[in-house]
Amino acid sequence: MRPRPSTVLDTVLDGILRTALLFSFFLLFAGHNAPGGGFVGGLTAAAVLVLRYAADGSEGVDRLVPYSENLFLGGGVVIATLVGLGGFVWADAFLGSAKVEQSVGVLGKLKATSALPFDIGVYFVVVGLVLAILRALGRDADADEERAAAGGGA
Amino acid sequence: MQLVVALAAHVLVALVVGLTGRRLGRHVLLLAALAPAIAFGIAVSATPAVLDGEVVRMSADWVPGMGLTVDLALDAFGLLFWWIIAGVGVLIMLYAWRYFEDRDDLGRFAALLVTFAGAMLLLTSADDVYALFVAWEITSITSYLLIGFNDRDTAARASALQALLVTGGGGLALLGGLVLVSQGAGTSSLSGILAAAPTGGVVEAGLVLVLLGAMTKSAQVPFHFWLPGAMSAPTPVSAYLHSATMVKAGIYLLARFGPAFAPSVDWWTTTLVVVGGSTMLLGGWRALRETDLKALLAFGTVSQLGFIVLLVGHGDPEMVFAGVAVLLAHSLFKATLFMSVGVVDHAAHTRDVRRLQGIGRIMPVTAVAATLAAASMAGVIPLFGFVSKEAALYAAYHLDAGKLVVLGLITAGSVLTAAYAIRFVRGAFLNKPDDELRGDAVDPADVHAPDRLFELPGALLTVLTVVFALVLAPIDEVVALAAGSLVEGGDGFHLELWHGLGIPLYLSTGILVLGAILWRWQSLAAPLFRLSERVPEARSAYRGGLRGLFELADRTVAIVQPGSLPIYLGVILMTLVILPGTVLLRGVPIEIEEFASSPLQAAVAAGIVAAAIGTAVVRKRLSTVLLLGGVGFGVAVLFVLHGAPDLALTQLLIDTLSIGIFVLVLRKLPENFTAPAFRLGNGVRIVISLAVGGLVTIMALAVTTVRTGAGSADQFLARALPEGGGKNVVNVILTDFRALDTLGEVTVLAVAAVGVLSMVRATRQDDDGSEVEPGTDTPGDGEDAAEPAEVAS
Repeated sequence: MRPRPSTVLDTVLDGILRTALLFSFFLLFAGHNAPGGGFVGGLTAAAVLVLRYAADGSEGVDRLVPYSENLFLGGGVVIATLVGLGGFVWADAFLGSAKVEQSVGVLGKLKATSALPFDIGVYFVVVGLVLAILRALGRDADADEERAAAGGGA
Repeated sequence: MQLVVALAAHVLVALVVGLTGRRLGRHVLLLAALAPAIAFGIAVSATPAVLDGEVVRMSADWVPGMGLTVDLALDAFGLLFWWIIAGVGVLIMLYAWRYFEDRDDLGRFAALLVTFAGAMLLLTSADDVYALFVAWEITSITSYLLIGFNDRDTAARASALQALLVTGGGGLALLGGLVLVSQGAGTSSLSGILAAAPTGGVVEAGLVLVLLGAMTKSAQVPFHFWLPGAMSAPTPVSAYLHSATMVKAGIYLLARFGPAFAPSVDWWTTTLVVVGGSTMLLGGWRALRETDLKALLAFGTVSQLGFIVLLVGHGDPEMVFAGVAVLLAHSLFKATLFMSVGVVDHAAHTRDVRRLQGIGRIMPVTAVAATLAAASMAGVIPLFGFVSKEAALYAAYHLDAGKLVVLGLITAGSVLTAAYAIRFVRGAFLNKPDDELRGDAVDPADVHAPDRLFELPGALLTVLTVVFALVLAPIDEVVALAAGSLVEGGDGFHLELWHGLGIPLYLSTGILVLGAILWRWQSLAAPLFRLSERVPEARSAYRGGLRGLFELADRTVAIVQPGSLPIYLGVILMTLVILPGTVLLRGVPIEIEEFASSPLQAAVAAGIVAAAIGTAVVRKRLSTVLLLGGVGFGVAVLFVLHGAPDLALTQLLIDTLSIGIFVLVLRKLPENFTAPAFRLGNGVRIVISLAVGGLVTIMALAVTTVRTGAGSADQFLARALPEGGGKNVVNVILTDFRALDTLGEVTVLAVAAVGVLSMVRATRQDDDGSEVEPGTDTPGDGEDAAEPAEVAS
């Protein structure tokens, strides 16, 4: 549907998108000890969405993320709140933190804090926000262009 | 402990019925009946202890930081309320089960009703005034949602809003009042406040506010008008919330406060006698005129509530005792009457007395139950209504001060009550001459007999009305103890079916006779009715007030929101400059330790400045966006040079995304900036921007200079790994030390996104001629929609 689909862009994107998405996960999980975190990870994933949009328009975004943006926005807030409530269980205070260490044999030690699920919530909200913007403004713009194209063709 | 079980049962059941409503259909209401049934069982099991003078207590921390606790205390008066709330609650759920056809949203209905019942239980057992207030507000909100349950009905929505505004406004007053009074008493415990009974101007102001809250909730003049409006609710709601329970919350509060404060606050008794008395008269008068059975009962309820307020608010022990008895009697007969209206409405499909005739034969159970209930309301011997009214007359008769006024008010109100009780029974069930009927009257032959189970709950309550009067001793004990828990010496009185001859009995008889006469010859009073219709209604004052408020809002918005972005920005920025700027001008030490730590930094800074100037000067929109991005990237580089990779990363990503999103918008706009409709003038713009730039610079310098303490940075650095378990301090701050802030920001982000989105979609809908259903994402199909010309070029 988009005017001038670009083969070069599509091919390059196929490679970049997965890598970038994986990198956003890395940022999310590494965030507690290295640069990164839920916000930055979410922004990286959002950049992936914008790239996808640039290449294929809102249909491409829909194919990549076939879920409602509200699911991300609401889900993110719910996750973060649940972690907060969990604080009552493991630390006797709202948003109290907890640490878990688990040895996984030859792979070494796995360490996680309650900050990680909290960050996942933040990640979801950021992704949901950009998804929402792309869907609201992007689809609108797409429709206009199609309309303009249809009007010009007739 | 059992109190918490009862409350928790309501929360749990509300959740379950809310989730299963769609599958169970109307049977969900049977499931909902479980909650009040549990509460009823607990109330019954607590009764022996409470009757021995014990108070069932429990306490839990709520917000320890603010010293808020949830203290529950159930004394005899609270227990009486629990009996009513839970007992009537079970019957109402059963009734609603037969009242509704199967429909999808009954889960919501049941959940709201159960939530309401739970809130009422909390309200009447809370010993902390703030817990009481929270419960109070929950009942207002559930009432709002239940009145507007048929949300496609505009009238129901308007009535619901009206009820919410009146009771919600009263709730605000109540909160203010409770704060003032509890400050005066030095405790937020209800029993503590009542025991201390503080005095003084501030406390009295607080009492005025508490009184306002109670008056709105219990529909006292001049706030009574919301209650007849609330009759748009489904009948089970009217029977439960708007006659038996919620409207008695105000009375509950007055009954607690009255005896404690009436002796020390000189205006208290007079005010409540005036308010209660006028409400009693006005409600009864209006009930005589209504042709809708539900509206008739609603005004009757207003009248009875006035009666009870007059009694319990008075503060005299015997009056309070009588008030408790009337309160119980009213819950029994008024719920029955409402339920019988629902039965009639279902069978005949109308509630208009001018269209109903002779259907009593078709539903003998309901007709008899309703007639007995109405007789109890009118005060016919040997029903519980008679017993309680006798108690009230005796109490008034024994008063020292204002005896004649109180006795006169009660008598006059009761005459009206007797008259509209007759009117109700005849209007609903009996044969009438043709000249009282409208042309479209319902033929009794077309009316089908109601379902037995549908008639049962109302009939059960009527059985109690009779039994309580005939077997008085146990009820007498409960009422006396309830009154005793409110006021010293309140338990020294007794209910009697037969007091023997005396003024009160003559009055009781006279009331019935006069009531019958008033009903029989009410046409003679027609000029009076017409006169009373000219008196402005409280409701028009409410409407006028609301309209005025809207107009004020419109005018204010017209001034402060002219719709020009340059003006908005200008105002915001100038406020920023002027407020902190004046403080800074008073002199703040500024030291510049070093200008730049490396030549590279200076170079990057120069680049940023150049890009910023470019942003303001360039005429192409896209170039502006790119240059703005350049500013952001430059700042990111500065962060890197300062060793803040986290900040740099975030800045970089934000700017990347911003450019992407800007492009989306730019596609809809012309390529170049055009002359704005409103010219702020370049001179003004330059002045504002220089001022803002200067201010931010000075502030940044001042902030680093005036710091005296060590700052929180070192502390965060030290605590990050041991306490937060992370080496990235920025992230630990965000997700641990300051996680509450982050949670707040994330929530704001999500809410703002949803809000902005729906606004964008709403405008798109307008553009496309409403072809897009709200909530769906289908793009406009572009073939037929006429599009503004700006894009096509």
